[in-house]
Amino acid sequence: MSRNLIIGAGLTAFFTGLAALSFLWTPYNIEVLDIPNRLLTPGGAHVLGTDHFGRDILSMVMMGARTSIAVALVAVGIGMGLGVPLGLWAAARRGSLLDDLIMRGNDLVFAFPSLVIAILITAVFGPSAINAIIAIGIFNIPVFARLTRGAALPLWERDFILAARVSGKGAARISVEHILPNIANLMIVQGTIQFSLGILAEAALSYIGLGAQPPTASWGRMLADAQTLVSIAPHVALIPGFAILLTVLGLNLLGDGLRDWLDPRLRVVRT
Amino acid sequence: MTLLTIKDLSVQIGGTPVLQGIDLDMAAGQITAITGESGSGKSMTALATMGLLPQGAVAQGQILLDGTDILQTPEPALCRMRGNAMGMVFQEPMTALNPVQTIGAQVAETILIHEQVTKAEAHARAAAMLERVGLKVAPTRYPHELSGGQRQRVVIAMAIAMRPKLLIADEPTTALDVTTQARILDLLQGLVDEFGMGLLLITHDLAVVADVADRIAVMQHGRIVEEGATPDLLRAMRHPYTRALFAASARAVDLPPVPTDAPLLAVRNVVRDYPTKRLSLFGPRPTFRALNNVSLTINRGERVGLVGESGCGKSTLTRAILGLEPVQGGTITVDDAPVSQGDHALRRKMQVVFQDPYGSFNPRHRVDRLITEPFHLLDNPPKGEDRAKAIAKALKDVGLPPDAAGKYIHEFSGGQRQRLAIARALIVEPDLIIFDEAVSALDVSVRAQVLDLIADLCRKRPLAYLFISHDLSVVRSITDRVLVMQAGKIVESGVTETVFANPQHPYTQSLIAAAPQLPELAYAADAL
Repeated sequence: MSRNLIIGAGLTAFFTGLAALSFLWTPYNIEVLDIPNRLLTPGGAHVLGTDHFGRDILSMVMMGARTSIAVALVAVGIGMGLGVPLGLWAAARRGSLLDDLIMRGNDLVFAFPSLVIAILITAVFGPSAINAIIAIGIFNIPVFARLTRGAALPLWERDFILAARVSGKGAARISVEHILPNIANLMIVQGTIQFSLGILAEAALSYIGLGAQPPTASWGRMLADAQTLVSIAPHVALIPGFAILLTVLGLNLLGDGLRDWLDPRLRVVRT
Repeated sequence: MTLLTIKDLSVQIGGTPVLQGIDLDMAAGQITAITGESGSGKSMTALATMGLLPQGAVAQGQILLDGTDILQTPEPALCRMRGNAMGMVFQEPMTALNPVQTIGAQVAETILIHEQVTKAEAHARAAAMLERVGLKVAPTRYPHELSGGQRQRVVIAMAIAMRPKLLIADEPTTALDVTTQARILDLLQGLVDEFGMGLLLITHDLAVVADVADRIAVMQHGRIVEEGATPDLLRAMRHPYTRALFAASARAVDLPPVPTDAPLLAVRNVVRDYPTKRLSLFGPRPTFRALNNVSLTINRGERVGLVGESGCGKSTLTRAILGLEPVQGGTITVDDAPVSQGDHALRRKMQVVFQDPYGSFNPRHRVDRLITEPFHLLDNPPKGEDRAKAIAKALKDVGLPPDAAGKYIHEFSGGQRQRLAIARALIVEPDLIIFDEAVSALDVSVRAQVLDLIADLCRKRPLAYLFISHDLSVVRSITDRVLVMQAGKIVESGVTETVFANPQHPYTQSLIAAAPQLPELAYAADAL
């Protein structure tokens, strides 16, 4: 197992663990404001200090992890759940009008800068975590559709697919039985990468106030709230910043490590 | 004069010995062939000689080219030698050429690397070299515009552009058709005579070896087991492996007589057109006729061969018969019922075995699931105990142990995989099997075993098959009747022995004349 995989899995497990723990316990209740104790530096009763309302930053980071992970995970789920079948369908009907329709539809979504459209969607339907999920999810669909189709096309030319066709199996059945297991690695790896991009997108949307609304904690909002205080209390901005950085880094390393681990052909012997 | 001397060469990769104690002498102006089955170390010897051993390989011994030890030469000096003192020709001419550069530029590149000449002069010399290797197209063409044989000529022109003393050709004709192979071998022989260079020919094809080589080295498990001048070695093979190898190449199997005359498959006037690139924006797409009025019949229990060169429509015909692709004209019937994708009862009468033992199985499924895939065609596929029995029987029929059922495909060798492919075809007890180049990718000894297996299966129950191959000697031994296909048409058909002994069509005649012949060996029959 590679170093990347271990570090990536460790970081991912740590932040997912924080998010899970927040359902059971947080050091402080973040809905209670404690103005006298605002902007405390890390250490003492508040391990990571407090923000400008006197809320415990560790508790905020834990609750924020929950929001970020939930939004990104559901968004990737939407992308995979719709994108992979679309890609399989396009590959099964390769060269047909349907293939063209699906792929040109993808190109259409790809043609817009994703964050701009996400802003548009949340601006029209109102800012909320759900709308952020939908906006990020839509932009994951073409990523998975295109990847699936690209990976499935060469498989369709392989002899074992011909053998399955000789056995009378239809395109749908072959897609599920033969194509999907052979591209699953790729999907897992891409899913991990998209997950990290989802966390970034969620942070960006909440940073500009279009993500989860207060009092729901989110890393992007914590950053936005702290930016005017950077010179007075830098830790208030640095801590959510590092949370985002480490989660994204962990997921990317995990994706990289998983790719090497799942596909032995790509394993490079480092000397 | 000795050109290349390999002394006690041993190579290890990750602690595993791949070459052990190789000794070989090569003279200038001679063709030395290294032959053996896959994994015997033929290509590794060639790579070691070029100084191109893979990373992690540890070599011991000496490789002296004109007195210079390749193993002791640093990489920059080796780079100056490669292409200059030694050239190499690879098996697959398409991947050996850069698809986005013209062929003239690629040959000129070799000259520009090694000599201080102007671009114009290099291009002029490249053009002359391309002409010398018998290429009749302009140097401004791109690799994809050429045929396989033409591409191989370009690769050869690149290798000999600097007139190297040593030319290494690794399976140079394996990817080519027989008639092209004959012309390329002629060219190589001519170049050796004209330039006086030494040719190290790596090939598994013993007929080619016996035909062109001055000396032969036979390799097995990383060692040279026998080496000698071609006539001597062919006359008196000392090592049992050499004998077994030649015997397996000349293997003829005994087929039982054809039981009946009842027709099974009838292909009548089939036409298959493929649309090609549009010539104008709104004009109709031109078509390429891959099958032109093809008709054939196969009777119950009859073994029919189909030979022809690549691109003649053999694979298209396979797909048409299996109902995998629509045809634009004509009919294909099995037992008088037309073939269609949805008709499961009809489809179970036909199964197929493909060429590539690696590509024809889903790597993610276990053997029991792989070989029972055709059960999908049955209305009541066997379940539980019956299914296990059917799997065990199918594995036993092809000579594999029953515990193979729980394994994944990567745990099997090429020959075993082809046995599994046959097991998969047989499990629904079809009346007709199509073998699409089914033994072409196998080593000779494994090929002989698979051919024996097919003959055995024919003895157990009447089995009709269409055996598609470019290898005439294999078709000759395993079929009752043969069809010869050229450019989408069947140009000759008849009883196999008659066609081979007395070919009527000029194309058949040229095919048979081009195929390299194994020398008659007195004791070939009792060696296996």
